[in-house]
Amino acid sequence: MSIGRNEVDTVAHLARIAVEDQAAEALVKDLNGILGLVDQLNAAQTEGVEPLSHPLDMVQRLRVDEVRESNQRAAFQAIAPEVEAGLYLVPRVVE
Amino acid sequence: MHDLTLRELSAKLAAGTTSSVELTQHFLDRIAAEDAKINSFVSVTAESALTAAQAADSVRAAGKAGPLTGIPLAHKDIFCTQGVRTACGSKMLDTFVAPYNAHVVDRLAAAGMVMLGKTNMDEFAMGSSNETSFYGAVANPWDLTKVPGGSSGGSAAAVAARLAPAATGTDTGGSIRQPAALCGITGLKPTYGRISRWGMIAFASSLDQAGPMTQTAEDAALMLNAMAGFDERDSTSVQRDVPDYTAELNNDLNGLRVGIPKSWFGAGLDDGVATQVRMALAELEKQGAKLVEIDLPNADLAVPTYYVLAPAEASSNLSRFDGVRYGHRCDAPHDLTDLYKRSRAEGFGSEVKRRILVGTYVLSAGYYDAYYLKALKTRRLIAEDFAKAFAEVDVIAGPTAPTTAFGIGEKSDDPVTMYLSDIYTIAVNLAGLPGMSIPCGESAGMPVGLQLIGNLFDESRLLNVAHRYQQATDWHRRIPAAYA
Repeated sequence: MSIGRNEVDTVAHLARIAVEDQAAEALVKDLNGILGLVDQLNAAQTEGVEPLSHPLDMVQRLRVDEVRESNQRAAFQAIAPEVEAGLYLVPRVVE
Repeated sequence: MHDLTLRELSAKLAAGTTSSVELTQHFLDRIAAEDAKINSFVSVTAESALTAAQAADSVRAAGKAGPLTGIPLAHKDIFCTQGVRTACGSKMLDTFVAPYNAHVVDRLAAAGMVMLGKTNMDEFAMGSSNETSFYGAVANPWDLTKVPGGSSGGSAAAVAARLAPAATGTDTGGSIRQPAALCGITGLKPTYGRISRWGMIAFASSLDQAGPMTQTAEDAALMLNAMAGFDERDSTSVQRDVPDYTAELNNDLNGLRVGIPKSWFGAGLDDGVATQVRMALAELEKQGAKLVEIDLPNADLAVPTYYVLAPAEASSNLSRFDGVRYGHRCDAPHDLTDLYKRSRAEGFGSEVKRRILVGTYVLSAGYYDAYYLKALKTRRLIAEDFAKAFAEVDVIAGPTAPTTAFGIGEKSDDPVTMYLSDIYTIAVNLAGLPGMSIPCGESAGMPVGLQLIGNLFDESRLLNVAHRYQQATDWHRRIPAAYA
């Protein structure tokens, strides 16, 4: 399956990555190269095969629902680009 | 002193013929003198290293030293280190100072090892040549015009040039084994879940696994003893006892059944590599092992399966880099979407963007079944091939990589060609199995790696086979002439 500029723009929007015009052509070519590689999977017979999402076929371990972490807001916000009064700042979303 | 293994350094420390401070200073001096040309380190933590070395010497003086106490090492810059920048090879994290230590970092520090610094790597561990790093390519100490492999290229190059006696690495599709092969060192990727992923920056979480990169199998066993074990902070950490991985190193190989995948010796394998690998197999045979041809009928599906699943998982994992909580943020965003889009466009390099976009595409509405679900099914076919093989054999052996180290820039324009560097290593991650690469010869002056693959949790047997091979050969003791 090959994709064009429009599809790349749609996917890039979903991934929240800006794609500049001058980079788009090379990107379309590279992505089609990769999709060409993965298209080899089409030839595989997978009728009746169960998907394997975890190599050990493990089930998710559960823990007791209790508070364990201490509050480290100051430490975590010390590395944030912009914070004020314990809040992360971003451009205004609601006018 | 830099040509000594962890075991030998441990003996010298125990005998009192050197101290951790002296050893640490020795390696810091070597890094300062030699690394400008190799670029294997992105941070050198000289001051904290010497403080840790003094502490290790005090522990030894108090009679409380373990086998690794006071020995220096380097950490791949994918492991979070509290108070030290953890950039993961990316502009996105160029200013990121981790607020906590990775489990692996804590465990090795608790064992008394001294961190010299952080090693260069492909950006977010996505690459097979260490050329995608924001901090520049790493040179292979055997030939500075060649790549060291990737993504743990800095760790492999640092150990190969003996700028550190050992290092940590991570392996999602071959990122410990392939650079170990290309740089002539020993690298072990344990069974998925054997070592906690806590504090290890995530690429593809169902495949990522940390491991040791060392000169010898014995050293890898010593480090694995310290690194392995259950950690409740990693939801896929396995609750299973950790054996002493040094206990079976010397078992003889009489009657060992070694599976040889026929298809791995076909087209695509460099002749020089094939010759060296066959000689290594002959050495195992000489020690009493039986070579058995095996068939892995779905082996050809491994690379395409991986390039659906790993990007899919990466696209989800890397969505956390949003320019809001930490990491790179663009200047003057005009709204929130612009902030996300430009921060990510500026912070990620081109290979990371390609993989995020491929991953987003294969998970998007209308394509999920055709790509993602299909790849989960082929993943099971690949894992079942190995399970069938391990009913007949004890280990599987073959080449680690199809060629020796290639030139810097040689494959960087074509992602798909680059991906094929991991053609023999990727299936092992998909199946969750432990795998190793050990030096087994040279072709045109460049190191060749022998790959050994074990059944789930059979690291002891892999280390045993590798150790016995290293007792009979000296490829693992060879050092590039400029760094001897």
